[in-house]
Formats: sequence, C-alpha cells, structure tokens
Amino acid sequence: MAAAIEAARAGANVTVIEENERPGGQLFKQIHKFFGSGVHQAGTRGVQIGLNLLNEAEQAGVEIRLDTVVYGIFSDKRLGLVCGDHTEELAASVIILATGANENALAFPGWTLPGVMGAGAAQTLINIHRVLPGHRVLMVGAGNVGLIVSYQLLQAGAEVIAIIEALPYIGGYGVHASKVRRAGVPILVSHTLLRAAGTKRVEKAVISQVDKKWEPVPGTQEALEIDTICLAVGLSPLSELAWMAGCQFSYLPSLGGWVPVHDENMQSTLSGLYVAGDLAGIEEASTAMEEGRLAGLAAAQVLGYLSPEEGKARKAAVRERLDSLRIGSFGEGRAIAKQKIMEARFEK
Amino acid sequence: MRVEDHPILGKAEKRNEVTLLVDGEAITALEGEPIAAALLAVGRSVFRYTAKRREPRGVFCALGRCTDCVMVVDGRPNVRTCVTPARDGLVIQTQFGRGEKNATPDSDSKKD
Repeated sequence: MAAAIEAARAGANVTVIEENERPGGQLFKQIHKFFGSGVHQAGTRGVQIGLNLLNEAEQAGVEIRLDTVVYGIFSDKRLGLVCGDHTEELAASVIILATGANENALAFPGWTLPGVMGAGAAQTLINIHRVLPGHRVLMVGAGNVGLIVSYQLLQAGAEVIAIIEALPYIGGYGVHASKVRRAGVPILVSHTLLRAAGTKRVEKAVISQVDKKWEPVPGTQEALEIDTICLAVGLSPLSELAWMAGCQFSYLPSLGGWVPVHDENMQSTLSGLYVAGDLAGIEEASTAMEEGRLAGLAAAQVLGYLSPEEGKARKAAVRERLDSLRIGSFGEGRAIAKQKIMEARFEK
Repeated sequence: MRVEDHPILGKAEKRNEVTLLVDGEAITALEGEPIAAALLAVGRSVFRYTAKRREPRGVFCALGRCTDCVMVVDGRPNVRTCVTPARDGLVIQTQFGRGEKNATPDSDSKKD
C-alpha cells in the first residue's frame, strides 16, 4: 500500500492486485500499539495504520483489485491474473512485488492433529474473525510473533499454558516478553516440543529441556494438557513470483532464507521489477512500509513522474528512516544482512 | 467460541446471521465470515480426513495456502474454508480423501 501511495501521488497510474477480499496485509491483525518514534507512528495500533493507508490510497487514486491472484509473470512484465472464474493478462511498465511471507512449519509427531496451527493463523482467527481456536494454548517460539500472539490470545480469553523456546534466550523484544510474564505466562527457554497426542484434536504436548547440542535432557520431560499448539518458528518470503520472473536470489538465514537480490532502490536483478517488505527479507511492519515507499518513489522516478533531483532527495529521506529502524542489538543484524543482499548483485 | 467483547477491539459489531448445514446439522454463522471461523465458533475442529490413513485435519495456516481446512461445499470438494465466505444455505460436508464422489469414512483412496 505504501508503495502504491507514493507512486500514485507522484502521478503514476497504479493498480494494486490483492488475492484476499480486503487489502492491508498483516496490519489488521496487529492490535497492539507500535513503538519507536513519532515518524514511525509510535503509539498507534497496527489496525489504525492499516486504515490510514487505505484512506491515503483511495485519496491518491490507487486502483485496488481484490480477490485477484497473480499466477504468473511472463516476459516483458506481463502478468497473468485469475479473478473468480476467468483469467486475464495485464501489462505493466513497472512491477512492485510486496507479497509478504509465509509462516514456517515445525514437524513433530502429532503435528498434523487439529489444534496445531501457525501462531499467525491463531492471530488471524482471534483479531480478524474474533473466534478462539482453542482454550489452552502452548506457544512454540519466543520471538516477537510468539510473544505478541501469546498476549493477544490472553486478550481474546484463552489461557496460554507456556511459551517454549529452543534457544537459551528470548528472541523477541523485552517489552513484549515482560507483558506476558506479568500476565503469568511461563517462558521456558532451552525447551523443545517432543510430541503431541490426541484423538480428534491435540490434547497433550510433551516438552523437554534441551542441552547445548539440541538434545533432550533425560528426566526433564513434562506433559502439558492443552488443546492448541501455536507454532511461531519464523517466516519465509513468499517469493514464487520473483523466482518465476527470473530474479537472482541470495540465501540469508537472518532474513528468512531465500531473498530476492535488490539494490538501494529496491529494484531486483530484473529491470523494472521491484521488491519490498517481508518478500525482500523478514523484518517488521515499519521497514516494510518504508521499503514500499522507496520502491514506489523509485518506480515513479523511472517512469518520469519525479525529476532526478526530487527522486534522489525523497529516496534519501526514506533510506535515512530505514537506517534508523535497523540499529541496536535487534536491528544491527538486519542492517548487515540487507547490505549483503545488495552486495550479492555483483556475485556470479 | 466467539470473542464477543475484547479489551482492544471492543464489542463485536452486529452482523447478519445465516444458516449453514454442516454434515446435516444447522449452525448459525455470520454472513461473510470464513466458513472455518463459523465452524471453530461452534467448537468444531475436524474438517476433513486424509486420503490414505483417514487422519483428522483442521485449520493450520488460516489464510488459504496450506489446504488443511478443505471441505466439500455445495457438492464441490477441496474448498478452502478459511478463505471462503459463509452465505445462507451453504451445504458443508466433512471431506474424505480428495473428495471423490463415492468417498466414505471407510473407503480409502490407496491408488495415488
């Protein structure tokens, strides 16, 4: 959305193609307040940020096509679309891919039982559809998604029996960890899930402590009575369209795995195809929006809607804001990884 | 279970109710909500049984990518209930296997 708004405001003819029945992506699930700085909308709930983007897009004259899937990108930037029961072709001068990410799965005996789901799935159910997927939840993963969704499950009326994390430390922000701890939820680091059991639905989970080699420590097994297991074990970019179009990729575990290589304008190795957001590396909502703005401005400039001087200045402002989001103990690693992506362009 | 009152989201908006027939049983759903949400709201967790071993499956990704939640809807199999809106009078059935016309709880589809 941020990319569409920037490009449309500059004067470009922008169409957003969205496979769901409403736009906004993950923002509408984020009922907590963002933090950081005023320019990054600290104090505002994700839901409100999403609504603001929709308003701005409408005012900027962005065309949004819902319930429409891009099933392919063909040569010279022609897109194949599926809408309802018919297909179409759409020609584009510039394509910006912001297809987001998919939750990783964790396989363990019993993982296919109903009641085992992604943490993001639980978040969609409680915050968008307002239904509880279960009542007694085991959360696997203490990164930001695991911590935030645990807290949101409590807000929705579920009990979170425990959060387990295989690493010997909590990966998410202290702010989120503190909230769930104050609510009485145990966070067990150096713990893994051995197996889940149940007949028609998960009923029991057996957890265990792990040693430095990830091996279960004998005698530390514990059976938990739960009806839901949420897996918060990372995200991976949804990159099928970029692969299909022929973009070069680089493997960066800290950004979610295979990431399309891009330059400082968010342009991939294919001229006229840009990437932004979690597709360009798993980070967070604020960097996703800024990368979107950068791609939108770059696209508008390339199409002649922004002079080189204005484009350069406005892109520099966005890059400065992006840099400010990639600092500190949490951000440094991402800054280094994003730098590696740009350097990968020159590798054979 | 539905979250009627929520500390951040407030009270649920009033929405039109519709009736779904699920394996012959009438349940109330909110018009336009995903079928899967309506089923979870009445405490249902099993949506289908797998082809070979008839193992239960339910919601996993909740956004239409994994196909764990598919059921037979108005006679059409492999419908992703987590992204398909509830409309009045939809007939929904637990799917067995890939939803072949003659699939039953006891038959299996070992031919693969």
